[in-house]
Amino acid sequence: MNTSNSTFVRTEMLPQKAPPITEAGAVKWMRENLFSSPLNVLLTVLGVGAVAYLVLHIAPWLSRSVWNAASLTECRQIIEARYGEGATGACWAVIRERWPQYLFGFYPQHLYWRPVLAFVLLCVAVAPVLFDKLPRKMLWFSLIYPAVGFWLLWGGSVWVPVAALAGFAIGYVAAQVVKPLAGTILATIAAVVTPVLWWLFLAGPAADAVHSVLPIALESVRSREFGGFILAFTIGFTGIAFSLPLGVMLALGRQSDMFIVNKLSVGFIEFIRGVPLITLLFTASLLLNYFLPPGTDFDIILRVIIMVVLFAAAYIAEVIRGGLAALPRGQYEAADALGLDYWKAQRLIIMPQALKISIPGIVSTFIGLFKDTTLVVFVGLLDPLKGITDAVRASTDWKGIYWEPYIFVGTIFFIFCFGMSRYSMYLESKLKTDHR
Amino acid sequence: MAVVTEDPKAGFRLGMLIYDTRYRSITIQIVVLFLFMAGAAWLIDNLIRNLEALGRGIDFGFLWNRAGYDINQTLVEYTNDSTHARAMLVGLLNTLLIAFLGCIAATVLGVIAGVLRLSKNWVVGRLMTVYVEIFRNIPLLLWILMIYTIFTEALPAPNAFRGENPAASMALFDTVAFTNRYTAIPWLVFDNSLGWLQLGPIWLNLDLTVIIVALVGGFLINRAILKRATRIQEATGIRPTTWWQSLIALFGPIILVKFVLGTHFDYPSLQGFNFTGGLQVSNSLVALWLALTLYTAAFIAEIVRGGINAISRGQTEAAFALGLRPGRTMSLIILPQAMRVIIPPLISQYLNLTKNSSLAIAVGYMDLRGTLGGITLNQTGRGLEAMLLLMLIYLLISLTISGAMNVYNQSVKLKER
Amino acid sequence: MKKSVFLGTLAATTLFAGMALAQGTSTLDTVKARGELNCGVNTGLVGFAAPDANGNWQGFDVALCKAVAAAIFGDASKVVYIPTTSADRFEQLTSGKIDFLIRNTTWTFSRDTDLKMDFVGVNYYDGQGFMVRKDLGVSSAKELNGATICIQTGTTTELNLADYFKANNLTYTAVPVETNAEGEQQYLAGACDAYTTDASGLAATRAAFADPDNHIILPEIISKEPLGPAVRHGDSAWGDVIRWTMNALIAAEEFGITSANIDELATSSQNPEVQRLLGSSTDNLGAMLGLDAGWAKNAIKASGNYGEIFAATIGESTPIGLARGLNAQWTQGGLLYTPPFR
Repeated sequence: MNTSNSTFVRTEMLPQKAPPITEAGAVKWMRENLFSSPLNVLLTVLGVGAVAYLVLHIAPWLSRSVWNAASLTECRQIIEARYGEGATGACWAVIRERWPQYLFGFYPQHLYWRPVLAFVLLCVAVAPVLFDKLPRKMLWFSLIYPAVGFWLLWGGSVWVPVAALAGFAIGYVAAQVVKPLAGTILATIAAVVTPVLWWLFLAGPAADAVHSVLPIALESVRSREFGGFILAFTIGFTGIAFSLPLGVMLALGRQSDMFIVNKLSVGFIEFIRGVPLITLLFTASLLLNYFLPPGTDFDIILRVIIMVVLFAAAYIAEVIRGGLAALPRGQYEAADALGLDYWKAQRLIIMPQALKISIPGIVSTFIGLFKDTTLVVFVGLLDPLKGITDAVRASTDWKGIYWEPYIFVGTIFFIFCFGMSRYSMYLESKLKTDHR
Repeated sequence: MAVVTEDPKAGFRLGMLIYDTRYRSITIQIVVLFLFMAGAAWLIDNLIRNLEALGRGIDFGFLWNRAGYDINQTLVEYTNDSTHARAMLVGLLNTLLIAFLGCIAATVLGVIAGVLRLSKNWVVGRLMTVYVEIFRNIPLLLWILMIYTIFTEALPAPNAFRGENPAASMALFDTVAFTNRYTAIPWLVFDNSLGWLQLGPIWLNLDLTVIIVALVGGFLINRAILKRATRIQEATGIRPTTWWQSLIALFGPIILVKFVLGTHFDYPSLQGFNFTGGLQVSNSLVALWLALTLYTAAFIAEIVRGGINAISRGQTEAAFALGLRPGRTMSLIILPQAMRVIIPPLISQYLNLTKNSSLAIAVGYMDLRGTLGGITLNQTGRGLEAMLLLMLIYLLISLTISGAMNVYNQSVKLKER
Repeated sequence: MKKSVFLGTLAATTLFAGMALAQGTSTLDTVKARGELNCGVNTGLVGFAAPDANGNWQGFDVALCKAVAAAIFGDASKVVYIPTTSADRFEQLTSGKIDFLIRNTTWTFSRDTDLKMDFVGVNYYDGQGFMVRKDLGVSSAKELNGATICIQTGTTTELNLADYFKANNLTYTAVPVETNAEGEQQYLAGACDAYTTDASGLAATRAAFADPDNHIILPEIISKEPLGPAVRHGDSAWGDVIRWTMNALIAAEEFGITSANIDELATSSQNPEVQRLLGSSTDNLGAMLGLDAGWAKNAIKASGNYGEIFAATIGESTPIGLARGLNAQWTQGGLLYTPPFR
């Protein structure tokens, strides 16, 4: 059949037509994403309305910010002079004037460089832990950082942290000495026992002795002078660093077949998870002394850190237990089949997988821990949120200022917590090995 | 565990306690137990010696002394002549009240926010993400303080309602007053109140009891009626008309109670310094409740989202294939299955909320921490006893909640056979 | 690895710890060995104890801390100020974290006996009062029926308030607040009609308002509040140090010894009691306390005598503007009356 001369058959393609207006571009997107059903229309309208309401109420207040003033009254005068009678605006001058207190509390002014340096070094120490692209040798610095950070923040004789570090060296040496004599297990026991003995009985006098020969010391700063964000960071980061290993131990204890170990772990975890953190902090600050030998009086921040660590560790233990439970039984059996002993199996097979599964939970526990550092105000420490803000407000100049300090402190907490949660998502996706 | 193959009868050597896997776990347990006991003994010994040095012992007798202070929100009868134990009870009930209200509201809000976060609606989805991220990443204490400050600073004082041209006026046809101290709302009162019944240490509000009995009774009678109808239907094939019986069963008792007790609304009115009449819901309660709800709901939203995401896509597709609309798919297919994933973490959020309610101290809400762990502790100086009691009570509450929820969890668990 | 710091610090602090609670060791020896005085003060009450912008503590109570430090060490700066809340102050003292408590604390029977503390004197005779807004139109506490009242928890004021309203057949709603700052916020926002605490505290709070003239302190004083320093029970020697340091400040005012003329009087005074007080006589009073002969002289030099301290921190020329009232010398119709230095 010859179609070439059929008049009703088109031989050339029509130019493509633009899609209907409702099926393309912004309109399509809006139809699909905003107005797909009556309910969605309602939700969109409500959502946009809520955002508009908030913006309309907060934006003018924020736009009328004052950064330079000596007191709240002056601030209000400036705003009224600039924007007319009755205008209200944000008075950030309080942050500008009091930011050293928000950052350092009552830390001596001429020593501000020390917490700053400690913070910078902290970043250096944490970087290789967080990002595996960095040279592995940096981990050595991460290992000694706790001693460095402690010395920088609290000052005092350099030999105290050095003596504390020496405990590990002593443990290592003891293990090496005992191993050829009595085998691995006794060596392990020696590696644990000797440092503990060293710390309990010898570290102090040894540090004193060396110090009297070679006094290298920084001006010491008391815990009571800590405040604001250095307090939050000190408690937060030390808490994070300690609670993970303790949490792993507790989780293993809870999974253990050994009756006593298991019951003790369960009891501890359930007790800690069952009481509010502030009762634990209160116990730490006031009642702990009843349970220690007469005359013991150790540092308030240290006591708070211990309680925070115990609290977070119990939660982490539960998170990791979830991770352990989620591992297929076959993994354990495979480890046994390879002839690995308990610790090798944990270290090489079980924990890497269990921890990977538990990352989101662990990080959210860390975030919780960091946020909970604000509760130390109830035991009389100057946290940035309430302690410092109340101290600022107690002065005549800044009486009656509420929103600005809350917003400032809230923003800083948000930045760090949000950063942590984003990092956990990054880590999760990086470690993802299944091909879904 | 390595499998032991050698002959177990080969004589016992001391080294086997460590090297033989059969004995090692016992050795470890004994060492752990010994260390634990030694530690506990050390602590208790210290405690006894310290208390001796201070010249006092552990004595809970203070609980039966007169408390002497007033509490601004009491769910049971309490005056400053009552004992510290009673003040503790008042605080406990306040804690339970805020925990109960908070858990309910946080669940509702959390489920809504979690579902909406997965919504295809771009604006709502983003809005919920922002809400969740903001509330999860800022300390709860800040939210409590901020919301309380909003209440105190933004709402008018009762004084503002006074005079010819008041600066503030009551809402909802002059029945509700929002002040910076409390919200005064109309409240049902009984003309022929039955009063309180004291059963040992427990006081029973008879009016409330009668109402609850009437409601529950009506509900049970209704169930019996429906059951009977079903039985008749199964036997004869004809279902009797039951709607009027149900109606009577459900509403009859409560209407009867209303007439017997003679109820009317009591409206708040400004008298002297404050509103009187009606019910005054204090701002500390509302602010704390709001803050706990918004904060916990953000976590619950994430749990719900995770739970929904855990249900395989095939379930949704199957539901769509059956012709179910998206809303029905969510409520009939996805959520019931997601519940199994959601409930365990939800329990721990309830526990968190209950424990977080101890931050009530920041807004002056007299919860357990405020009465027993606050004023009683300060007035009597019995820090050790009060804190031990406080921890014990919180522990009991927590264990009860988690126990109850675990039972529920077992009942909804996927039955595998 | 981080465990090292933890254990190291634990070990170090345990070993170097102050032997505050140890039986048989007196607090005075502990303080001397430590080289510093741990003074429990208010978290922030302008006039009595509050840190300024640089973190330096100032106020009426702080001056006593300084005087005690000067009496012991000859150096008024050797004080560590430990802020205590009304809730934790007694535990801080009994657990040995502070050497003595000077925090607007009322001397009561049960605190002295049951709580195992010793009050060593009264440095300020106070009473509980009420502050209201002027426009409320209230001129007496008896008109406060049905009012909402802000009150700091954990203080005697709570019990006094309950007793007073009960005795007068009035009702009230309490708004418990944790700190003075919170109380101010609530009161200024109108969340409570009245704010009640010690009259001195009210004056201090009112002084810091932007519009002090719009607030009045009601005339009723509903309680006796003798505020004074407290030490742990059972260490009389240490209690003596605090008591007599305070008495020295009061006696100094009685004898007209001021920080300006003290050096001159120490050498030239013919009054034997002044000589004994300032350590220029042969009777070494300081040795009886376990201190230097110049203890009282140093204490007085730290911030002046009682009258000078009062005038500089809370007196009528300061924003707080308290009159001496009951806190005048007995010769002026007040209650300050020290036992003789003999």
